[in-house]
Amino acid sequence: MTSPQPVVQMTGISIEFPGVKALQGVDFRLLPGEVHALIGENGAGKSTLIKALTGVYGIDSGTILVGGEERVFAGPARAQQAGISTVYQEVNLCENLSVGENIMLGHEPRRFGGIDWRTLRHRAATYLDRLGLDIDPASSLSAHSLAVQQLVAICRAMVVDARVLILDEPTSSLDADEVARLFRVIRGLRDDGVAILFVSHFIDQIYEISDRMTILRNGVLVGEYLTRDLPRLELVSKMIGKSLAVLEQLEEAPKRSAVHDEGATPALQAVGLGRRGSVQPIDLDLYAGEVVGLAGLLGSGRTEIARLLYGADRPDAGQTVVAGTPTRLRNPRTAMDHGIAFSSEHRKAEGLVGDLTVRENIMLGLQAERGWARRIPRRRADEVVERYIELLGIRPADPEALVRNLSGGNQQKVLLARWLATAPKVLILDEPTRGIDVGAKAEIQRLIAELAKDGMAVVFISAELEEVLRLSHRIAVMRDRAKVADLVNGDDVGLDDVVGLIASGRAS
Amino acid sequence: MGIVRHRLFWPVAALALLIVVNTINTPTFLRIRVRDGHLYGALIDILRNSSPLLLVAVGMTLVIATRGIDLSVGAVVAIAGAVALTYIGSAPDPSSVGTVITGIGIALVLSLVLGTWNGFLVSVIGIQPIIATLVLMTAGRGIAMLITGGMITTITSPPYKVIGSGYWAALPVSVIVAGTIFLVVALLTRRTALGMLIESVGINPEASRLAGVRSRSIIWTVYAMSALFAGIAGLMISSGVMAADANNAGMLIELDAILAVVIGGTSLAGGKFSLAGTMVGAIVLETLDLTVTILGIPPAVTPLFKAIVVIAVVVMQSPIVRNRLAARRRGEPGDPRGVHGVQPAEPSSAEVTV
Repeated sequence: MTSPQPVVQMTGISIEFPGVKALQGVDFRLLPGEVHALIGENGAGKSTLIKALTGVYGIDSGTILVGGEERVFAGPARAQQAGISTVYQEVNLCENLSVGENIMLGHEPRRFGGIDWRTLRHRAATYLDRLGLDIDPASSLSAHSLAVQQLVAICRAMVVDARVLILDEPTSSLDADEVARLFRVIRGLRDDGVAILFVSHFIDQIYEISDRMTILRNGVLVGEYLTRDLPRLELVSKMIGKSLAVLEQLEEAPKRSAVHDEGATPALQAVGLGRRGSVQPIDLDLYAGEVVGLAGLLGSGRTEIARLLYGADRPDAGQTVVAGTPTRLRNPRTAMDHGIAFSSEHRKAEGLVGDLTVRENIMLGLQAERGWARRIPRRRADEVVERYIELLGIRPADPEALVRNLSGGNQQKVLLARWLATAPKVLILDEPTRGIDVGAKAEIQRLIAELAKDGMAVVFISAELEEVLRLSHRIAVMRDRAKVADLVNGDDVGLDDVVGLIASGRAS
Repeated sequence: MGIVRHRLFWPVAALALLIVVNTINTPTFLRIRVRDGHLYGALIDILRNSSPLLLVAVGMTLVIATRGIDLSVGAVVAIAGAVALTYIGSAPDPSSVGTVITGIGIALVLSLVLGTWNGFLVSVIGIQPIIATLVLMTAGRGIAMLITGGMITTITSPPYKVIGSGYWAALPVSVIVAGTIFLVVALLTRRTALGMLIESVGINPEASRLAGVRSRSIIWTVYAMSALFAGIAGLMISSGVMAADANNAGMLIELDAILAVVIGGTSLAGGKFSLAGTMVGAIVLETLDLTVTILGIPPAVTPLFKAIVVIAVVVMQSPIVRNRLAARRRGEPGDPRGVHGVQPAEPSSAEVTV
């Protein structure tokens, strides 16, 4: 098979930020009619490469050919005019506008100096139809799920007749059905000859959708491979630059046997805890030394119950019992005072304070606990921060770096450090491993297992069921805003059982 | 080159430029004389005149850092002056130190109550700060009118006069008061964790709440402080003229305070704040007022002149212009449009004066 001419050819791209060589002589090409996965750990240079292509960053050396011509784009808008469209991880649409308005934003058909709404809706419908989407263009965007919004974003990207479509982690907030739907759309576009650049942390998805992959590590090109020629374990070892033996060690499952004694008092107990429109009344017991996994799809109530346990939302039914004493957790602060910690799934919106430093972010929980008047002495703060930077391997290991400049995995570690520093008795982790690379993921998993062994009660929420199964002593399965099962995670419990429960509400 | 990048470079440069212009115009501008053991001179006047504004602007800085704004400070200035003067004026002995201290105490407690009201509306009820404080901004003048009975209250009370016109250790008392409070607030925010928690609440309120920060009490506190400082400024202003004018005392001081904060480099979007910047901002604004007077610019065009200087400073500080200038210094061919973009455009300055 002879390769067609690449639609994008980047050669010897180098970009240097103060103190960091973000990319060093990276080559990358994109062929029409293929899905090309760009793979690497957090901080490998994936985003930088995309931003170099779309003109967000200027390049220090190298050349970029688009359709055989050398091009340097002054910004994403210029890149889009040249047929390179990007859909970012966070959906960049206007929720208060209709689907049609969002799709046609900036390309509205005009008539008599105003917008021709009929034509607009009609055209939007045509674009939606082209992607095989059955969505009413007149409906409000906010009425749709995140997955549909993502599809609308792709639809919008195609309005400019994109020859190149860049999808930066499009699946990170989608559940399995939604991913399947997204992939149908991607395949359709690929068959129309669009070159698709796909960034994802999900190995399975990469193998499902991509034809070719380029691997980066620490800003350097590792290589370009045909997906079918590269086994998964080899891919992972190339990504993180560690040998297979080390990887297998990381993957080794921690011992998981129910450890609480018969008759022990739960560290935290939910008794008929619920909130109308959010989650139906639920019983849940959390014991010291145990990891309880919450399994369920997005919107199944797994996040909602976590928020109730932490007092982030107010329950309107049932009660919480802390170490045997019924306790009303009115707000996060009260929960914290009772030794409960909660790390939200939305790192940026509900976790970190972006413009503060790593040190300030780590110390925020401890400092809030002490109140503003008694500042934690700088020396003690430095000790705490250094310890956690070291323990969790936060990179860069600079306490004064602004948190928003860190990669996703490192941000997650900072958030984790904040909560560990408060020495909680109950630690609720909502998607602590989402959107972070394999190495960091394994480290966080191991840490969770260790924390439980040391006597912490951990609630672990993840969309990746394998992870839940590997880590949890017990698993509460959520479905349609209610708990459908509470399993002791023994050897007899497998992925099929949990999937069956999630799918049907009954054990298969 | 590093110094140009400093956050406070342009505000300080503007201040220096104004002083140079004044010195060229009036060679004695920089001279500070000692008379009766008191310091006199244009620079001392600037410091003294900027004291009330500095106080109000310090409170405003903290409020703005939490993503808020406090429009009611001008009204609080009027109320504090009205209460103090009405109490002292109606007391049997307006010249007694005890009376004056009681009057001051009542005025400051009332200011604190008003600030608590603002804080309650914003942090408990959840009303947008601009609306919540607008209530007191408009109603406050009415309250002040009620207190003074609709007249300009004047009194004779030497101890009260000290706040605005007195001297202590060669320096005007108002400068000492404002300077002390400035220092106390600077220490309070940077030596305790208050500053960091304020910034944290301003940058990401939800994350701060989930991290266990008592954002409600922090927001409440900054509005209380803002009103308290406005109350002190109100005492200074009324003491300076020994009169309480419910209609005009502290008129538009909220806008000057916001300007001082912005010139000082604190973003109206909340988050990181700079008290030192606010101080420079307040002094720049006051120097500007004095310059306009000294240069004999007709009062009618004063706002325009002020607007031009303010726009110049704010534009020079904006990230876009700073990056373009930095690129030019590195010898890179910057976007040629950028150079013209730096000039303050006439239409926008006209807009500000409206």
